[in-house]
Amino acid sequence: MQTTQRKFQETAIIIRQEEIADNIYSMWLRTEQIAAHAAAGQFVSVYCNDGSRLLPRPVSICEIDRKDGAVRLVYRVAGKGTEEFCTMRTGNHLNVVGPLGNGFPKKERRAFLIGGGIGIPPMLQLAKELHCEKQIVLGFRDDTFLVDEFKRYGKVYIATEDGSAGTDGNVLDAIRENGLCADIIYACGPLPMLRALKEYAAAKHIECWISLEERMACGIGACLACVCRSKNRDVHTNVKNKRICKEGPVFRAGEVEF
Amino acid sequence: MNMKVEMCGLTLKNPVMTASGTFGSGEEYAEFVDLDRLGAVVTKGVANVPWEGNPTPRVAEVYGGMLNAIGLQNPGIDLFIERDIPFLKKSDTKIIVNVCGHTVEDYVEVVKRLADQPVDMLEINISCPNVKEGGIAFGQNPHTVQQITAEIKKHAAQPVIMKLSPNVTDITEMARAAEAGGADALSLINTLTGMKIDIHKRSFVLANRTGGMSGPAIHPVAVRMVYQCAQAVNIPLIGMGGIFTAEDAIEMILAGATAVAVGTASFTNPRATMEIISGIRDYMEAYQVKDIRELIGAVHDEKHG
Repeated sequence: MQTTQRKFQETAIIIRQEEIADNIYSMWLRTEQIAAHAAAGQFVSVYCNDGSRLLPRPVSICEIDRKDGAVRLVYRVAGKGTEEFCTMRTGNHLNVVGPLGNGFPKKERRAFLIGGGIGIPPMLQLAKELHCEKQIVLGFRDDTFLVDEFKRYGKVYIATEDGSAGTDGNVLDAIRENGLCADIIYACGPLPMLRALKEYAAAKHIECWISLEERMACGIGACLACVCRSKNRDVHTNVKNKRICKEGPVFRAGEVEF
Repeated sequence: MNMKVEMCGLTLKNPVMTASGTFGSGEEYAEFVDLDRLGAVVTKGVANVPWEGNPTPRVAEVYGGMLNAIGLQNPGIDLFIERDIPFLKKSDTKIIVNVCGHTVEDYVEVVKRLADQPVDMLEINISCPNVKEGGIAFGQNPHTVQQITAEIKKHAAQPVIMKLSPNVTDITEMARAAEAGGADALSLINTLTGMKIDIHKRSFVLANRTGGMSGPAIHPVAVRMVYQCAQAVNIPLIGMGGIFTAEDAIEMILAGATAVAVGTASFTNPRATMEIISGIRDYMEAYQVKDIRELIGAVHDEKHG
């Protein structure tokens, strides 16, 4: 897929921020242009205000409010940069570039929307935008989050690794335990989950779209930091790898190796 | 007010270039930056054949800087000539092609392919710390630096800039060797070799274990090396290394650089090059500098001021 959307550099204003689970934060940002152009599955680069931290943090877009010109980011605090973001309050400013990469292709077919851990947030906007029959499967380690919000858009199945809620196990265990099936998979989450889903989709002969992540520098396709191996020679790189920030982060599972 | 600078018989509209490897061939940044305003675009290194580069993770952030170990991934000279040069030709800026290779023959092959191309200068990367063969191996021995420079000069149709590594005991030795080999200009500095360890996993953060450090933290090292080389050679210097602001660029020019290259700053702010150009103009206005060339190498001890 080729990116044709425009990208914007904006000084975003924080509308509100709250901790929705242990170390998981939800932040609504006023970003008129990014909100107007963003699609489900795309991400934004969020820049630190602390000048010692140079690289933007790529964060997937959880929700888009096009009417109010705002986007919602749900992220896990995983280091110094996200620690800085989580202390910010209503009215504070953050530099943001986006929307970046390609989102999920929307095909109105009986769908699995599968999220694991911090890969769950981008599935929410997709759940809002897809109008077909949706089975939403969410995998958590222990604490759950966003579950009630997903319930507004489809039937939700939960798996937890510690067995504290839903199926005791992973998202595939939940699919099997509930006897679920679908014609297309959209997924974002940890690599072992995505690998298992790629295999599951191949065995069931169904289409599968996954969202990948990697450490990034520029976020716009220039530096070649965030590549993943690809099945075929890529048109841009001319070798067997693709830029996750530009050709991705959403790929057809069969075209990438991970 | 004049912001034009001359080097190797070319006139740049201002001294601000992009640093190789941070700007691709300009296409991605063109959404944020007016390429016409740049003194030159220095492309990401290109080899005779496509290179896949290193495994990921390829980058890591460190305090005031970053490490990269991309491994000179590039699409190869054929696609570069077919796609990247025509793209850059649409802009009113100088084109400097960075050339990389594993062997002297690789470099020469690329240089020959570029001979009939509308390219203004060649920058030869003999200082990449992230590839096993070629790169830095050529840049750490004065004898090899002179030899490879001379060999490239034999085949080059455009002026040749040799890009030097700071990972040496005495950079002026390498600068003199490149000049002796016939280099038309020098670029310095490439990245400083570094390492980051994840203490939670007790493993290397970069798949390549080591990576090249860039960013504001290395800027004083770069200023020192540009100053030293300016005293050692008579060819023009392009100064780079942690230039994030117009002040950083002016420091580099005062140290002796004719032009400067902005790299990592573009990751922190895609419009960094534009802001640096405007900032240099502001400085010139504030200090009533009529010609930017007055600033080149103009640093002096205060008591003589």
